[in-house]
Amino acid sequence: MTVKTIKSRSADSLGRFGKFGGRFVPETLMTALAELETGYRSALADAKFREELKTLLMEYSGRPTPLTLAQRLTELTGGARIYLKREDLNHTGAHKINNTLGQGLLARRMGKRKLIAETGAGQHGVASATVAALLGMECKVFMGEEDVRRQQLNVFRMELLGAEVIPVTSGSRTLKDATNEAIRHWVSHVEDTFYLIGSVVGPHPYPEMVRNFQRVIGDETRSQVLEKEGRLPDEVVACVGGGSNAIGMFTAFLEDHSVRLHGVEAAGEGISTDRHAATLTKGSPGVIHGSLTYLLQDEHGQILPAHSISAGLDYPGVGPEHADLKEKGRVRYTTAEDGEALEAVRLLSRTEGILPALESAHAVAEAIKLAKKGDPDSIVVICLSGRGDKDVDSIRQGLEGL
Amino acid sequence: MRIEAAFNSGDRLPLIPFITAGDPSLEVTLDMIRLLDEEKVTAIELGVPYSDPLADGPVIQSASERAVSQGVTLTRVLELARTAREMGVTTPLVLFSYYNPILRFGEEALVERARSSGLDGMIIPDLPWEEGRRFSRLAGEQGMDLIPLVAPTSRERIRRIVSDARGFVYCVSSLGTTGMRQHFSEGVEPFLDVVREYSPVPTAVGFGISRSEHVRHFLNHADGVVVGSALVRLIEAKGDRLRDSNRKEQAVAEIREFIRDLTGNTPSIP
Repeated sequence: MTVKTIKSRSADSLGRFGKFGGRFVPETLMTALAELETGYRSALADAKFREELKTLLMEYSGRPTPLTLAQRLTELTGGARIYLKREDLNHTGAHKINNTLGQGLLARRMGKRKLIAETGAGQHGVASATVAALLGMECKVFMGEEDVRRQQLNVFRMELLGAEVIPVTSGSRTLKDATNEAIRHWVSHVEDTFYLIGSVVGPHPYPEMVRNFQRVIGDETRSQVLEKEGRLPDEVVACVGGGSNAIGMFTAFLEDHSVRLHGVEAAGEGISTDRHAATLTKGSPGVIHGSLTYLLQDEHGQILPAHSISAGLDYPGVGPEHADLKEKGRVRYTTAEDGEALEAVRLLSRTEGILPALESAHAVAEAIKLAKKGDPDSIVVICLSGRGDKDVDSIRQGLEGL
Repeated sequence: MRIEAAFNSGDRLPLIPFITAGDPSLEVTLDMIRLLDEEKVTAIELGVPYSDPLADGPVIQSASERAVSQGVTLTRVLELARTAREMGVTTPLVLFSYYNPILRFGEEALVERARSSGLDGMIIPDLPWEEGRRFSRLAGEQGMDLIPLVAPTSRERIRRIVSDARGFVYCVSSLGTTGMRQHFSEGVEPFLDVVREYSPVPTAVGFGISRSEHVRHFLNHADGVVVGSALVRLIEAKGDRLRDSNRKEQAVAEIREFIRDLTGNTPSIP
């Protein structure tokens, strides 16, 4: 079996994946987006930029992350062999650092010294603050007031790293509103500020650019599984909020049609209730944060608040490439409820000694269902997108409520 | 078209007020439309309240939140426009809406409904030129103008954006969201002059304009001025009185005074 690297799909000239994507932003930002696209393409073509990023990923973040066989979980489940792609072992504790290192270097290359970012659970905020510190840049992080409350430890980490955390009090006071506020700030300071978006969302070129900074996850996984097993996995599972860890993982396997890809959204208190974040499962096409994609909205086109026990999945939109992959049927999108995610946290912690992030636990919950149906020769890979240290309070409160 | 005719009529104030429909109530908004019609403004921007108005500053954002929470929708704003026309309002009416409610309504259905409701144009702040071409064509087929926005950062995009403009061109005075400003950035005048030079239709400047000095200054560089947040905030401040039939008259008179003061001592469009 040869290790091949598939070419990423490029968005078209309007920045679309199929009919999704585009640039639905105030005119003030259009020139900045065009400059970003030019800057990004020029950086990608520059061997020195690629080498610098690769070195930072290896020597600063600790890549490649391992692909761990979950031996006891596999035995307990009694079906397919379960592997974990250990993005939790990255510096700062999640896959988010892959993208922030990429965008941080790009910002510096483009001569911008001020970074802004939005964050939900705080992982992207921490990764952005980290990169700002590393590169000697200013950093402002917009975070919904509700998330500031839920993720106090991460707020402190960001401040310790020298970033300014700006609590957002509008709307639902979560990631959606933090993103609105970050865009508003960017509109006002577009000439000297780089907006470091944390997922494969937002106007073109962000979805494609962030995907390309995250595809290292899938590229590594693909070669690691080939090395360990001599063949490709049967199932690959990742959680989907905005969808950056998932698209980073899936991209390497899109052309391997024997590999079934599963994106797991947060069903919160259940998709039959209105307390969920299952955008692809229960949403409909529309425009959010500069992109045409699936979103949670009412019949009049007002964006609805999302809910999940995981602040990182609590987002009413999703990356436009996921919307396209859903419509093309290449990826199966499903859901896991809050309670299932909590059970998965407990199970993985006790069987493997690994405390997953609540986001990643959604993928674990689905993977266990798939593994049970598989035979011992089959392989399930889970993208363990981050570690759960940041979530211990939510997990404790959640488990007490079960 | 009605909008360009209003700019060229010579008997209208070079003022384009923005109001958030449904704040504090649709009834009050109708009163405001009638007042502005009586004052003979060039056009009225009717803001459709939206949950995520990312081009707007805090004043309009809050007005939007209040109106959304009262169940004001795009459909009801269209009905409001129709009512205004039935009551004899002749001023051009421009729908100001974010794109998602329009997409949800259905673009073709929307332009037909907007036309039959008596609207003359639309401003969609998150639909830039590249994304708006299809919708602009659809609107044009119904005789409606999709008003383009240009910003100081548009640079070489300006000529392309204004080349096929209809109605008027909306020039964003400065970087940032809507909202009152004390100072405007240097370089705004040359930007406005460039837009005016290339535009085949009148130009209007907005974002941050709240006082008659601003209006006077900007009318040297544009054919009209948009005043939004300052008026929305005034309506907010007088909201309780505007909803109370016993106290309404005085509040309406004060708003009328504000409108007159904005353009007092300003020449009408030649």
